[in-house]
Amino acid sequence: MIAAAALFLIALASAGTAGSAEIPLAERKSDYEFMGRETRAMQDDDTANPATLWVLDGETLWQRKDGSAGKSCGDCHGDARTSMKGVATRYPAFDAARGRPVNLEERINICRAEKQQATPLPFESKELLALAAYVGRQSRGMPIEITEDARIKPFLQAGRDMFTERQGQLNLSCAQCHDDNWGQKLAGAPIPQGHPTGYPLYRLEWQTLGSLQRRLRNCLFGIRAVSYPYGAPELVNLELYLMWRARGMPLETPAVRP
Amino acid sequence: MARALINAPAKAKRGEVIEIKTLISHVMETGFRPDNAGKPIPRDIITDFICKYNGEEIFRAELFPAIAANPFLTFFTVVTESGTLNFEWTGDNGFSATESVNITVE
Repeated sequence: MIAAAALFLIALASAGTAGSAEIPLAERKSDYEFMGRETRAMQDDDTANPATLWVLDGETLWQRKDGSAGKSCGDCHGDARTSMKGVATRYPAFDAARGRPVNLEERINICRAEKQQATPLPFESKELLALAAYVGRQSRGMPIEITEDARIKPFLQAGRDMFTERQGQLNLSCAQCHDDNWGQKLAGAPIPQGHPTGYPLYRLEWQTLGSLQRRLRNCLFGIRAVSYPYGAPELVNLELYLMWRARGMPLETPAVRP
Repeated sequence: MARALINAPAKAKRGEVIEIKTLISHVMETGFRPDNAGKPIPRDIITDFICKYNGEEIFRAELFPAIAANPFLTFFTVVTESGTLNFEWTGDNGFSATESVNITVE
């Protein structure tokens, strides 16, 4: 009887209720390593990577004057190849004026509203993704560097809580798949560790470029949980935690995923 | 605005077999999907692709609704002389795009 009770407790603990362990830094793998040979080849060759089409559009948009201020991104920031180098590795970053972290897409829209006096671009619009991909491309190969200071800590903790708390009708947490069961299969597809190293990225399933928030909303839908609207603070906090979790890993933007 | 990317060697030896890779931005809407209101979204695809080498057709492809967005086509040809490779995509709703690259025989 006691043995049976002990067995039951062991089973309960291994089911993840006792809390899951974070992946040791040295054992982290980019989702790239879980992809097939053909998909890797697409990402490795810029002329085969469809995301390059967005990067080229972003380069054009960078130079286009917009808004009532009549300024382009380039008028303030100059050549993106030097001024935007490393920028995407630091987002989401704390915005002092708003008192909360903002992601790269939000940062672009803040710049549009305040400096260009232009209307913000809608989330997931071709133009916003193109600009984010162009800015992100300038940091390809550079390590992700999320600043971990006192101001950002509560948001980082909120993101971590969202990652580890069970939610939705399936009662699953992000960590149960991506910390505890990575490398296993889910309906025939490998479960990756879920490091956001290549966003915005071209997903073959979407047949287009998409942001990290689109991916997060997909995952939340998959576990039948509340899907937050684009730009929601909950999603930005989760983005922040995921980028911190991938700290030091090289950025692959714009990546290709299956 | 359709963007196209061509990856072909700028220089090659006479008689060499080269690979040409082409990528073009296009939604390739199948015509089988409904929109949010349940109305079918009209078909909008690229239907034809032609590559000409100094005016002579060396590769042609017909495209159909099952082909993914942003079609990526690669093919091979034998280098015969210096000149121009012309690429032309045509499709629904009067879609037309052209691109060209030069190749030099060493």
